Amino acid sequence: MEYLIIIISAIFVNNIVLSQFLGICPFLGVSNKVSTATGMSAAVVFVITLSTLVTYLLHYYVLVPLGIEFMMTIVFILVIAALVQMVEIILKKISPSLYQALGIFLPLITTNCTVLGVAINVVTKEFTFGGEAHLLNLGETVVYAASSALGFGVAMVLFAGIREQMELIGVPKAFKGTPIALITAGILAMAFMGFSGLV
Amino acid sequence: MSKLRIIINGIIKDNPTFVLVLGMCPTIGTTTSAINGMGMGLATTFVLILSNVFISLFAKMIPDKVRIPAYIVIIASFVTVLQLLMQAYVPDLYAALGLFIPLIVVNCIILGRAEAFANKNTPGDSALDGIGIGLGFTLALTFIGLVRELLGSLSLFGMKLGEGDGMLAFVLAPGGFLVLGYLMVIFRKLINKKA
Repeated sequence: MEYLIIIISAIFVNNIVLSQFLGICPFLGVSNKVSTATGMSAAVVFVITLSTLVTYLLHYYVLVPLGIEFMMTIVFILVIAALVQMVEIILKKISPSLYQALGIFLPLITTNCTVLGVAINVVTKEFTFGGEAHLLNLGETVVYAASSALGFGVAMVLFAGIREQMELIGVPKAFKGTPIALITAGILAMAFMGFSGLV
Repeated sequence: MSKLRIIINGIIKDNPTFVLVLGMCPTIGTTTSAINGMGMGLATTFVLILSNVFISLFAKMIPDKVRIPAYIVIIASFVTVLQLLMQAYVPDLYAALGLFIPLIVVNCIILGRAEAFANKNTPGDSALDGIGIGLGFTLALTFIGLVRELLGSLSLFGMKLGEGDGMLAFVLAPGGFLVLGYLMVIFRKLINKKA
């Protein structure tokens, strides 16, 4: 039951893009087509789940025992950068078809702030999922990371769908490109506010 | 004159928020009030100036192939310094900005300037570029914060202007996207008229 609450809360109620403002650069940058948005989302789900698991273990078994939690930012970003690079190499060897689909998105993910954001969130923030406020344990961390990334995917694909339709409408010149995308995102965020109170 | 040009370019022609559209997450995430926006802008400026200077100093020593990880380490070090300083001297602001302070590491403005300017210019010019871009970012964030605070909670820099609550949506997520979108349109109109 608790896991279900985590999943719904992370995907809809506290959507990582539309209510926590993380990952807005790829959200605006690679959302022109549904197919690219889907590819990017799949790569993000994969990398976030893996990197959050690694940084979580690293935090509790290395940084905390040594008393160097303040090094978190440096250590996490290095781990993420190395991990993305490694995933790229492994994918290239094991599954060339998957690499072809996700390959171009992987280098972009290092600077996607959702990855670092989720990794830092799970070790510093106290969550209340239908109970008392507490730091997440390992199982909850993995579920939370995966569903946050899925939330990114949902927002991304929905938004790309809307933008594909918008290509067909005449938009005033000054609004072309980013401004109209931002205003659309604002309206989408308003729609997602309807989910608040669900959990 | 050309030194002044570098700074002015950062504020208007290369404005990171309205023209380059970089660093959108902190732009929307922290501008719930003018003070928060300004704090975020200054924090980013601090990291930007220092990382620009150091990257420009070390640019010739760093092999081309590993330059991005090397830059990230330099940037992350300064972000950690900033985190410790803010925790010590402005704990309230640090708590308000929360996650967005460590996320300065992945702010594309900083890595973008390292690639586009700092690694091929002198440390002095890079510092000026950092000041210019940083100021452009800070001004944009403060202004967005100002508008959202005014509409959302009827106050300016924390001072209440009138009775009532204002339109709460502008402090929440949708307002951030909407205000930034409309301000970008106005900025474009003004710049195009000049040119």
